[in-house]
Amino acid sequence: MSGKEYRTITDVKGPLVFLNKTEPVAFGEIVTIRLADGSMKNGQVLDTSDDLVIVQVFEGTAKINRESGVTFMGDVFKLPVSTELIGRILDGAGRPRDGGPSIVADENADIIGAAINPYSRQSPHDFIQTGISAIDCCTTLVRGQKLPIFSASGLPHNDIALQIARQAKLKGSDEEFIVVFCAMGITAEEYNFFRSDLERTGALENAVLFVNLADDPAVERIITPRLALTAAEYLAFEKDYHVLVIYTDMTNYCDALRQIGAAREEVPGRRGYPGYMYTDLAMLYERAGIVKGKKGSITQFPILTMPGDDITHPIPDLSGYITEGQIVISRELHQQGIYPPINVLPSLSRLMGSCIGEKTTREDHKSVSDQMYAAYAQGRELRGLVAIVGEDALNERDKQLLDFSGVFEDKFLRQTRDEDRSIEETLDLCWNLMSSIDTKYLVRLDQKWIEKYHPENKE
Amino acid sequence: MSNEGVIYRISGPVVTATGMNAAMYDVVRVGDEGLMGEVIELHGDKAVIQVYEDTSGIRPGEPVLNTEETLSVSLGPGLLTQIYDGIQRPLATLEEVMGVFITRGVDADAFDLEKKWTFEAVVAKGDEVASGQVIGHVQETETIVHKIMVPPGKSGKVKSIKSGDFNVTETVCTLDDGSDLQMMQKWPVRSPRPFRQKYAPDTPLVTGMRILDFLFPLAKGGAAGIPGPFGSGKTVTQQSLAKYSDAQLVVYIGCGERGNEMTEVLDEFPHLIDPNTGKPLMNRTVMIANTSNMPVAAREASVYTGITIAEYFRDMGYDVALMADSTSRWAEAMREISSRLEEMPGEEGYPAYLSSRIAEFYERAGRVETLNGDDGSVTVIGAVSPPGGDISEPVSQGTLRIVKVFWGLDAGLARQRHFPAINWLNSYSLYPQSLDQWFRDNISQDFPEIRTQISGLLQIESELQEIVQLVGSDALPVDQQLTLEVARMIREFFLQQNGFHEVDAYCDINLQYKMAKAILSFQEAAKSAMASGAQLNDVVNIPARTDLMRGRFEKGYINEIDSMVTTMTDEIANTVEGN
Repeated sequence: MSGKEYRTITDVKGPLVFLNKTEPVAFGEIVTIRLADGSMKNGQVLDTSDDLVIVQVFEGTAKINRESGVTFMGDVFKLPVSTELIGRILDGAGRPRDGGPSIVADENADIIGAAINPYSRQSPHDFIQTGISAIDCCTTLVRGQKLPIFSASGLPHNDIALQIARQAKLKGSDEEFIVVFCAMGITAEEYNFFRSDLERTGALENAVLFVNLADDPAVERIITPRLALTAAEYLAFEKDYHVLVIYTDMTNYCDALRQIGAAREEVPGRRGYPGYMYTDLAMLYERAGIVKGKKGSITQFPILTMPGDDITHPIPDLSGYITEGQIVISRELHQQGIYPPINVLPSLSRLMGSCIGEKTTREDHKSVSDQMYAAYAQGRELRGLVAIVGEDALNERDKQLLDFSGVFEDKFLRQTRDEDRSIEETLDLCWNLMSSIDTKYLVRLDQKWIEKYHPENKE
Repeated sequence: MSNEGVIYRISGPVVTATGMNAAMYDVVRVGDEGLMGEVIELHGDKAVIQVYEDTSGIRPGEPVLNTEETLSVSLGPGLLTQIYDGIQRPLATLEEVMGVFITRGVDADAFDLEKKWTFEAVVAKGDEVASGQVIGHVQETETIVHKIMVPPGKSGKVKSIKSGDFNVTETVCTLDDGSDLQMMQKWPVRSPRPFRQKYAPDTPLVTGMRILDFLFPLAKGGAAGIPGPFGSGKTVTQQSLAKYSDAQLVVYIGCGERGNEMTEVLDEFPHLIDPNTGKPLMNRTVMIANTSNMPVAAREASVYTGITIAEYFRDMGYDVALMADSTSRWAEAMREISSRLEEMPGEEGYPAYLSSRIAEFYERAGRVETLNGDDGSVTVIGAVSPPGGDISEPVSQGTLRIVKVFWGLDAGLARQRHFPAINWLNSYSLYPQSLDQWFRDNISQDFPEIRTQISGLLQIESELQEIVQLVGSDALPVDQQLTLEVARMIREFFLQQNGFHEVDAYCDINLQYKMAKAILSFQEAAKSAMASGAQLNDVVNIPARTDLMRGRFEKGYINEIDSMVTTMTDEIANTVEGN
């Protein structure tokens, strides 16, 4: 449908268009703007009153002038959804990008989405095996969790995300994930890397891609993740799929948010980001989970690059307060040539406790994970001491722990890009590595697990 | 002017209406769908409204209806065991009406208005009743008697009163001025409920967490702040408090936090047993869950909804504990709305009235003489989530100026897996002076002295650690090495506590005292043995000490610990002979 066309634009500023003398316009309503040359742009109402309407234009405001015609479409932004989405590549505003036909809608879903009633959620408890030891053992991923990768420029977070997308599966099940991939402001090169990898492994057939590249309009990035999550919700909660949503890069998303805030002359919060960024991010991240009475699930894997490797920067900081843990990529490990360079010490999975143990992974998992973590943390700390007093000053226990920290990085963390270790392999590897430490120093291991799993007792 | 106006402007959760006779904080119904909102500013004919639900699709010109009431909560039997959103709509009812996603325009009663409760009158016809006086009892849950009170502001002679089964809206009592009293009353959330006077707190809120009860105790009626960066265990600490503290009632507010985390609480609490009564924990709990993606204005209201419910139970003479997780999200909701109102910001974009709002909120805590002369308290424990863990930010500072207990969570401790990750060097409590008498009378005469010794050892350790960082521990004299060993014992045996362990999660206050004494006994025995020539290594490595330390994970430890200490001191003495 299309309504009356207005030519009442008064101001254009950054991504915003101001116009007056309209009929009542709904908050959040979709807008099309026709330029002198006949081309069209899309936008959304950000503020509406009897006197003035502010429209945020997704494709940038180039060529808009006071003669441009503005039409209000009478509805809020909706995405046509159906299972036809699977296997398709769409642009950042939800239009086909792969040359294929438009999506025939099963229904049109509001992209803002509604909050899941906390009373209707189901606690996540299904272990997802990623095949990456550092994650499976120390920061275990659970189906329905939102677990971001905190990375920085120049680190291999994309490889890790892809490896997880390829390998992630429920233990003891062949059930595959539908991957919803959402690109926000990444380069064409990165995008091609993702696409060709998904194509190479055949995963593209089970994926939906929403792509907004670095040279696409920044404002469009505000809606791209909402489209991706709307598609994910439809597939998970209407069509019973288990969906893994990967979005990259949240930092570009937040910068777009800041750009609009600045154009609206809003009072900025920290580092110029809008004061409502926490709520805005929560409205994305909280769209992960499992709900009662529905078979599907949404697991989120957002990637964000920390400006200046600073974990206290508002983007990782606010994300960390919403997500259920984080996986932190370390430049230091990367420079040592270790892949995947995951620093397990600041990494955390808040839901880990609910999915490990006898029934899901293995009975010794918690014990082993605690001990690996503790021994590595102590070993790392000793490196600082050794730099001052020299290795000879260490006692026997400290020497073993120091050596262990090296082995931990070299043997436990390091694996190849297509090495898919099962959780049993990972835990056995842990036992093998820990056997280099005298048992009496392994205080976090239960005696009964030592008797059962320690290589000395296994023969 | 009528009570109906029209929408003039919509900007996110803030709507402006004209042509309506409105007063500040009136509750209004916005648009054709009747979304709930509250008047927060008046400019001439224009009323600025914060709306508690999503405003997409609403247009200028739609009607706004003023209910002419302020935002209120319903108070009466049926509150306990409920799980509400920020404006007291029960989540279970919302699920029935809307399905798993929270849509909008739905109103729901706070509790079942039809359910019959057995009302037992405790006053008789002809009695004079004052405001706040208890007129009858309802056994609401197994453990809690809900006392029906004369609403504040009403009083008179009882004309008629009847015991029996009633629902909450039926009249149970009539006064001679003709006013009918029901079991349900309403109270505006932004006004504190009245009381006669505030007392100085003199009883601790026993939480079962050693570091809190022993080193940094909180009084019943006091206020505490828990600031900490993400991942440091704020929520786990708050949940432990909700589970184990010896308050008679608990109001738990999940304010702008994670959905899955709330679900965990909702799943877990109904299965937990209150260690103080042996009955299900839900019987004494009211929960408010307004997660981060639920409407921001309702998040702003959620803390007021919670504290009003807490005050209502306080007025019955109960000790109520309120946990707010997290007050930073509440402050951010204020900031978000303030910025939509284009108010001049104070620090970091927060409104200039931030610190006074925080202060007003915590001031609603306290131990009071209620209107009916009873003694009740509201203890408030607020989590704070400072950006980047830096507590120089406005919300932390506003909180610290007003609370008397500061439990500082520390990312470094959390990273070492030391839980609860409360930093013993920068945390404080200003209550020990007023509580020491209670500890002397109820636990042991020397309780405060033992506490001083324990915290003194931790202080010395932190100084010694600086030297160890430079020269290694072997370079210290043996007596200082022993001090380090004792301090390590305090940290690992006493301060660390596993909140998920079935035994260790809750530690009786008497046992806490015994454990602290056991550490000092070790120190004393080791000192005298070493003075007689024993080696530090031998003293430290005796098996009885390990047994003592492991014992805390076993049931019945409180009965064993004394003999374990004796065995330990004997073994230490033997290390001298062994030389």
